[in-house]
Amino acid sequence: MAVAGLDLTIAAGECFGLLGPNGAGKTTTIEILEGLTAPDGGVVEVLGEPWREGAAGRALRERLGIQLQETQLAEKLTVAETLGLFRSFYRRSHTVDEVLALVELEEKRRARVATLSGGQKQRLAVACALVSRPELLFLDEPTTGLDPHSRRQLWEIIRRFRAAGGTVLLTTHYMEEAERLCDRVAIMDHGKVIALGTPRELIASLGADHVVDFALKEGGTPDDLVDILRAMGGVTAVRTGGDDISLTVVELHRALPALLALLQARGVELSLLTTHHATLDDVFVALTGRQLRDT
Amino acid sequence: MFQLALARMREFYREPEAVFWVFGFPIVLAFALGLAFRNSGPGELQVGVAAGPGDRAVAALLDSSPQLAATVLDTATARLRLRTGRIALLVLPGDPVVYRYDSTRTESRLARLEVDDVLQRARGRTNPAAVRDDRVVAPGSRYIDFLIPGLLGMNLLGSGIWGVGFSVVQARQKKLLKRFMATPMRRSHYLLSFILSRLVFLILEVVALVGFGRLMFGVGVRGSLATLAGITILGAFAFAGLGLLVASRARTIEGVSGLMNLVMLPMWILSGTFFSYARFPDAMIPFVKALPLTALNDALRAVMIDGAALASLGAPLAIVAGWGAVSFAIALKIFRWR
Repeated sequence: MAVAGLDLTIAAGECFGLLGPNGAGKTTTIEILEGLTAPDGGVVEVLGEPWREGAAGRALRERLGIQLQETQLAEKLTVAETLGLFRSFYRRSHTVDEVLALVELEEKRRARVATLSGGQKQRLAVACALVSRPELLFLDEPTTGLDPHSRRQLWEIIRRFRAAGGTVLLTTHYMEEAERLCDRVAIMDHGKVIALGTPRELIASLGADHVVDFALKEGGTPDDLVDILRAMGGVTAVRTGGDDISLTVVELHRALPALLALLQARGVELSLLTTHHATLDDVFVALTGRQLRDT
Repeated sequence: MFQLALARMREFYREPEAVFWVFGFPIVLAFALGLAFRNSGPGELQVGVAAGPGDRAVAALLDSSPQLAATVLDTATARLRLRTGRIALLVLPGDPVVYRYDSTRTESRLARLEVDDVLQRARGRTNPAAVRDDRVVAPGSRYIDFLIPGLLGMNLLGSGIWGVGFSVVQARQKKLLKRFMATPMRRSHYLLSFILSRLVFLILEVVALVGFGRLMFGVGVRGSLATLAGITILGAFAFAGLGLLVASRARTIEGVSGLMNLVMLPMWILSGTFFSYARFPDAMIPFVKALPLTALNDALRAVMIDGAALASLGAPLAIVAGWGAVSFAIALKIFRWR
């Protein structure tokens, strides 16, 4: 069983993110919502309708836009032909030109799919989802494997869709993407939702807004040092992994000098020291004890 | 559905290899086989004369016959050539004259008759009855006349199964099938689009091959063109159905290739494409006749060679239609949509 005991409600007009490492059950969840995978049990309603066979199911599909994770579009067709094909499945759709403008692929309309770059292919996949004038857009890892520029272009497309009143459900394993795009996120791990809320709420739940990572020159993480750090003022959590020590702190401007003074007093030197604002990545680490990116 | 069929056709004609295998290959094959088996007859028969007393005289005598070409050979070479079929028969001059040949080879038996005739006449045999040869080459009885309808049938089978099978499995492997499932597209439209696009290519295939046979070898169509068109359409539908069945479960191109060969190879060999299936043992004939390609080839030959009318072809066409309908129905039932 890939997913168990999921209870989510997504409001019209919001952008909801399913977040988690590979294998967390994000794709299974989104495909159940898309009506492509039948759930073993439970209730699924999309736009207020349950999934049904036949005409009712097709009527519901008219209102959705879906981008799947692994679809490879026919390489021999041109961009315009591909969109024309997808357009023909819907009663009420954008014209090819309209949807090309939405994803800024106008200059590629006559290009074969095989000649497109990764980012352009992904924008075409999203265009195939947008061509139906959907009320609800499903995006399964839309930016995985893309360069930063292509990623930002896709974010812009999603923002414009939302500005026009659309609802988005997307999955991602980039926490940064979720923080930037989503009104609310559900963090998933091993088929369960382990946290749910706005990105701001989730980060606030750490009880601290900064993370300090450091490592000692001689390596290792002495137990007595960890105990002293736990007792230090302003430190809400200490985590160790390999030679790295990670502190979650409330007030960086007080905690950092205190840490340096402590290390100097012990006569040990640092081989690494970085700090950053707490992110959803840190929320994931706090909840699971694992790094999101390594998994 | 029209858009789907259009997409299918575009994908096809933008694949030069596929175009060659569907249109070019049968024509090249017809050309090559037509040349190899052209009706110049068997040509000169190669016979050997074993080295020994009187060998040259015998060789010269045999050479004088327009149907024979004789060479004097030593024993070892003669044995080798006889075994590899480079000579049809070996003559050992002497008393009695010995003919050494393989009596299961038509060519060798022909050579035996011809050589014996030449030698006997040289020794003074006369023919008591006067005879005259009247040679006829009737269109319809040549090998190429037999071959073209067979190639047409084989081509319908191949393009039906390849054309449908590969694109379905490729779409499944690339998750394109799943993506289509996420749209309001009707499943039946997807399957019908294959049949529709097959129909368009069918016209081109048939015109190309029949036209080539006509221009190059003068292979005509004795029956009505409408009947021929009807039979090829039925055949194309049946094989598209078979192609869908073959592709209904397979997840990978490798998997479906194996299945396709399993389906097509027996039919290529058994169904009388290149030679008449009457050569198979009698016990196999009912089985061979139940194959769709056999039935289609029989019907095509009946129309092209014998000028048969549609009404007289009920039995083979029922077999073709039955295969098509049953495999389409099963395919629809067990089709893996993702």
